[in-house]
Amino acid sequence: MTDPLAKSNKRLVGILSLITLAMLGFGFALVPLYDLFCDVTGLNGKTGVADAKAVEASRVDTSRWVTVEFTSQVNGLAWEFRPMQNKIRVHPGEAALVKYYAHNRGLETAAGNAVPSVSPGEAAAHFKKVQCFCFTRQELKAGESREMPVQFLVEYDLPKEVKTLTLSYVFFNADKTQAMTNKDEESNASPG
Amino acid sequence: MATAATAHHDEHPYGIMRWLCTTNHKDIGTLYLWFAFIMFFVGGAMAMVIRAELFQPGLQVVDPHFFNQMTTLHALVMIFGAVMPAFVGLANWQIPMMIGAPDMALPRLNNWSFWLLPFAATLLLGGLFAPGGGPAAGWTIYPPLSVQGGMGTDFTILAIHTLGISSVLGALNIIATILNMRAPGLTLMKMPLFVWTWLITAYLLLAVMPVLAGVVTMLLTDRHFGTHFFDPAGGGDPVLFQHVFWFFGHPEVYILILPAFGVISQILPTFSRKPLFGYDSMVYATGSIAFLSFVVWAHHMFTVGLPTAGELFFMYMTMLIAVPTGVKVFNWVSTMWRGSMTFETPMLFAIGFVFLFTIGGLSGLMLAIVPADFQYHDTYFVVAHFHYVLFSGSIMAIMGAVYYWLPKWTGNMYNEAQGKWHFWLTAIFFNITFFPQHFLGLAGMPRRIPDYALQFTEFNVWSSIGAFGLGLTQLLFLYIVVRTIRGGKKATDRVWEGAHGLEWTLPSPPPYHTFATPPKVD
Repeated sequence: MTDPLAKSNKRLVGILSLITLAMLGFGFALVPLYDLFCDVTGLNGKTGVADAKAVEASRVDTSRWVTVEFTSQVNGLAWEFRPMQNKIRVHPGEAALVKYYAHNRGLETAAGNAVPSVSPGEAAAHFKKVQCFCFTRQELKAGESREMPVQFLVEYDLPKEVKTLTLSYVFFNADKTQAMTNKDEESNASPG
Repeated sequence: MATAATAHHDEHPYGIMRWLCTTNHKDIGTLYLWFAFIMFFVGGAMAMVIRAELFQPGLQVVDPHFFNQMTTLHALVMIFGAVMPAFVGLANWQIPMMIGAPDMALPRLNNWSFWLLPFAATLLLGGLFAPGGGPAAGWTIYPPLSVQGGMGTDFTILAIHTLGISSVLGALNIIATILNMRAPGLTLMKMPLFVWTWLITAYLLLAVMPVLAGVVTMLLTDRHFGTHFFDPAGGGDPVLFQHVFWFFGHPEVYILILPAFGVISQILPTFSRKPLFGYDSMVYATGSIAFLSFVVWAHHMFTVGLPTAGELFFMYMTMLIAVPTGVKVFNWVSTMWRGSMTFETPMLFAIGFVFLFTIGGLSGLMLAIVPADFQYHDTYFVVAHFHYVLFSGSIMAIMGAVYYWLPKWTGNMYNEAQGKWHFWLTAIFFNITFFPQHFLGLAGMPRRIPDYALQFTEFNVWSSIGAFGLGLTQLLFLYIVVRTIRGGKKATDRVWEGAHGLEWTLPSPPPYHTFATPPKVD
């Protein structure tokens, strides 16, 4: 092998290795990029947050109604968890308060994180939570039950074609987030 | 063409050390091809288990968990163990001889890229003997199912890492060889098409294998190190896995088929005794397919709930790929048009490829249509589609390539009558196996299920009988290859009267070292 060839091989392989490493980095960068993309577009049911000031400042479109439905699921917790009303009607721009009911049917204290999702996807960006039990970790002692409030706002500029929204919560075990092994603990308390 | 090889250069160590320590591109090519051949039979045996179970409705041969391991491993073994190494083996043997280079650019790295493979294969198959068995979540290892699997899934993840390193190193080597070691006068636009398709494939490998390595690493840390990339409980998202996986997965599909396009573009002109029709457009079409492969990944996930705009984008991009692919198919047909064709075994495989791959391409277009895909998704229609592009596409092209170049590699002609039997039995049994699966899929039979509804029985019986025939036929292929290596009618240097290219100017078999002095190309 002649020397200039060895040198140009070395340089080329160096460049190609950098491409490879860059693509490895890109693979990991897709994770934050995906979250950013979902936040910006509201795809994937990711909901937004609004503060109390935004609620007061919001205009209310009294000319139309939107139905908001509620569902719930439990994953990895021996809890009963259900919305206390199946659906309500609100005007876009108007804040509303609903409650979920949670009851620890297990024999031990357990903590859960609730993860929200809104469908249809194009409406999710217009669904803002003002106050929600899903913002913090919730702990229930054995046999304890609690009402969990959610205050939300469907934005004034919700697309006209959206007439119904569904808000879904999944309560995951906060201490054992990958608790998929113990299927017996799973319960599913969606409203009838 | 006289080679400058002296007697000293032709010496090589004998016995096992020759193969363990070799840095010779021909030896490494041979190792890759034998490895691929063995994996082809391993993966084939798994397919036999699948078809035996599906011969009748109900569960009779294996339990469903083992069935799922078979479908998962059949795919992984065939993709990463058989098709990819076979193409790298062909590249190792052929690229230096086709471009007039003495060897690959980085011979030691070449040795390492190969010897990673047996370890990767051991890890992958070793999973079967781990507690909980092998991976059973499908070759796409979607979470959350793959997060729950046993140790076998970890084996698979580490095997994928090793295979990925091997492919990336192989790709680096191939790019360096092609870009830096061409004979004087052999410009890029004069390269044989097999070399062109491999150059583009190697770039695809560099771009996507690291992404696969990244996504399976995330899966591994989700399984064992408390991360939540794909776990909604911790703010992750299983759909993210699908996006990243298919960002790798769709270019991977073209990694599996582009070198096959190259092989066909070598074989058809030889036996049509005409130059390849539309050489330039073939190169540009290959490049366009590779480029488009990065913007179509979500057509594998139309049913996850993409927004309408996203579905339309991925649908149109996918359909756009039909244009460069159509250019290729028409160029192949035009190459044959009014050629003085003969039908030796390599040519039969090439024509079989053009015919059957086109059927696979058309069923792919059907799957690209979003509303239709909602019906076809995860059914046997998809299984039929990707076997038409992978078996009658990639694998039949590899078989054609072996028949085409085996006389050059060994110096012996294979038995033509046996080769033709191999082709016809393969083509007929292939169609008996996979054509009925289109109908099964359209009627709603889901894939990756060990049992099925009674009305699907008849087509499944056909499919199983075809599969057993197809499997047995490949033993004939092994027999033909072994017999040709051990002896047979001596092949001439040119082997085929219509063959053109630097490899045919070498003796058959070529000496251990070739083109120590580069040939001149005008």
